[in-house]
Amino acid sequence: MTARPSSANLNITATQSNTYDAIVIGSGMSGGWAAKELCEKGLKTLVLERGRNVEHIEDYPTALTPDWNLPHRNRLTHELAEANPIVSKCYAFGEATEHFFVKDNEHPYVQKKPFDWIRGYQVGGKSLMWARMTQRWSQHDFEANAKDGYGVDWPIRYDDLAPWYSHVERFAGIAGNKDGLPQLPDGEFLPPFDMNCVELDFKEKLRRAFPDRHLISSRIANLSVSHMSRGPCQSRNLCHRGCPYSGYFSSNSATLPAAAATGNMTLRPHAVVHSIIYDEEHERASGVRVVDALTKEMTEYYATIIFVNASTINSTLILLNSTSTRFPNGLGNDHEVLGHYLLAHNYRGRLSAEVEGFEDMYYYGRSPGGAYLVRFRNFGKDRSRKFLRGYSYSFGARRIQGIVTEDDEPIGAAFKEKMSVPGPWRVWLTGMGECLPYYENKMTLSKDQTDEWGMPLVEFDCEWKENEDLMTQDILDEGAAMLEAGDFKNIRQNDSHQAMGLDIHEMGTARMGRDPKTSMLNGYNQIHSVKNVFVTDGSCMASTACQNPSITYMAITARAANFAVEELKNRNL
Amino acid sequence: MATMNRREALAAASVLFGGAIVGSQAFLAGCVSPKPKKEPFVGLLADSDVALLDEIAETILPTTESSPGAKAAKVGEFINVIVTDCYSPEEQNIFRGGLHRLNAATLERHGKLFVELAPEERHTFLLTLEDDVRNYRETRAPDEPETHYYGMIKQLTVWGYFSSEVGSTQALRYVAVPGRYDGCVPYIEGEKMWA
Repeated sequence: MTARPSSANLNITATQSNTYDAIVIGSGMSGGWAAKELCEKGLKTLVLERGRNVEHIEDYPTALTPDWNLPHRNRLTHELAEANPIVSKCYAFGEATEHFFVKDNEHPYVQKKPFDWIRGYQVGGKSLMWARMTQRWSQHDFEANAKDGYGVDWPIRYDDLAPWYSHVERFAGIAGNKDGLPQLPDGEFLPPFDMNCVELDFKEKLRRAFPDRHLISSRIANLSVSHMSRGPCQSRNLCHRGCPYSGYFSSNSATLPAAAATGNMTLRPHAVVHSIIYDEEHERASGVRVVDALTKEMTEYYATIIFVNASTINSTLILLNSTSTRFPNGLGNDHEVLGHYLLAHNYRGRLSAEVEGFEDMYYYGRSPGGAYLVRFRNFGKDRSRKFLRGYSYSFGARRIQGIVTEDDEPIGAAFKEKMSVPGPWRVWLTGMGECLPYYENKMTLSKDQTDEWGMPLVEFDCEWKENEDLMTQDILDEGAAMLEAGDFKNIRQNDSHQAMGLDIHEMGTARMGRDPKTSMLNGYNQIHSVKNVFVTDGSCMASTACQNPSITYMAITARAANFAVEELKNRNL
Repeated sequence: MATMNRREALAAASVLFGGAIVGSQAFLAGCVSPKPKKEPFVGLLADSDVALLDEIAETILPTTESSPGAKAAKVGEFINVIVTDCYSPEEQNIFRGGLHRLNAATLERHGKLFVELAPEERHTFLLTLEDDVRNYRETRAPDEPETHYYGMIKQLTVWGYFSSEVGSTQALRYVAVPGRYDGCVPYIEGEKMWA
């Protein structure tokens, strides 16, 4: 396997020392998987990460800090919140986690329309702070575009991905129950986390009122039992700070150590990828140009295959910035696809309610997950005439603090005692809706503004449309109907109207498809016109379904990486 | 944050003394060599305000047989940190103005400052403030702020106490590393809430 350097004026020694079998751009959720699979198959692999190194456990400074030892008990200071109006909206951004999040002013971008871009620039990327819900897609989801005509047909089906879901689940460790639901296929599960007694009661009442609606224990990448020398999860529910028990899946705890153990991985932090080098003569990519984040010095690295896993928006930024005579509008961009069809998940609809009873029941420990209300809309016999596609919900029940009523004295000894015991139960229901692919929802590159590393600023121009608005209303209506069926009281509905992006499930912009004229990537995530470049993060998605996407990125990446290795063996790359 | 406050204090002091302070580097380093001790927090609130807040908080959440009160949890100091670092300037104004109003009200009603009142008088006085907050919520003009200063004190007291080490481990039950999650366990009346 030899790479073909594009710059003739580099001396041979430098070229050789900068040459690898494979380059992986990004070390997060999907990049970690690309690194592991390629290294384990014997490829000398360079992993480029734009942020700093984060050593597993060692670099989790707040992981063992009780809240009372955080200067502001995990609340953001006014200064930090004011300076970061965007990332401060993220539920996981707090005093104990802020070091893992990109600050607004560190990496500005342009909002032609609002888009909340939440980022984690470090080794491990956002796999350190993700919400860890890991539901498989179903056959139904891969067929959706073909059936209603929105977006292009996926070039793969569930059967193509099923063995790879199993492959990544066996390694990552996914807790879950085999629920036997066609719209949410079962996987290789560790024992599920418990549902509490209110969640179980709702499951039963829901089944009676709506036989086709199912509440299950969410499949989650927390280790309910020890797995591959990691975990088990200690049910502290402090995952976003990084886990010293390796209790949940992250690149740092799982894939990168596996890649490193092969001796084949070179990890280079502080490496901002500027562009992919296109070799016009051989009609293939030959390497990447990297700007050192600290010195701003540019270096070229070469490889036979390149995996692009920089996260949805940044992967497309790199491709758009990779211009050449052959590709003046960005690598592989022979059409009006790259940057378009930007997708997100619709998390606008939220409900809460009060619970009567269950005062004699409680829980022990802090659940790392919760319950998951499986998609039912436009599936099976259900047909909504109002909108296309479907949604699911996350659901949780907890006891709130205190049994103080309006008749009690609001201060004093009795007040304190009544505030020291668990109070009534409350439930929360959050919709997670599919978003249709629209050409007009797009990211572009600024023509006149660059960041301090010379990269053009990303501009967002996207919005929810009628289908998403109608779905939000249905999420609220059906949510209330189901909470009523659960005998919950004082049901509250809220449309947060939050912008696209805050779901942190941005997808699309370099979609897969069957036809090179209407898509960027083929069924193995190769750029149609540059076969040795694979794009396997969220940017490859042709639709969103309503499941949390990371497990699908992992499976797609492992599949593509193993295909790439086979193609190399067969001398097709 | 502590260093910044020290710098601010230094800046304020140099204005006061009309110029640079000799030995300011030592002051900036914490005056103690070689290793500076943890510096006391310099916040917006005066020591007397912190002492007053400790007494108000202790009246809201007093020491009882089952657990120490808000004073033992240093709630006054905590409130100073949050008001100084986490409140917006508008919120800070409401809060600081409120402390003046509170002192004025006790003087008017009892002829004494809050800290000089007997425990029963403190309790009764805070009950009148609870009424004030309720009335304020019902009658406030649209252009008046949503928050009443006593509402802030109460909220900060409850949060500060139950999230403190004393509150978490003695008023509530705290298990740093539960080790497992049991979804359904029986609850026996009187058992404390998990922190």
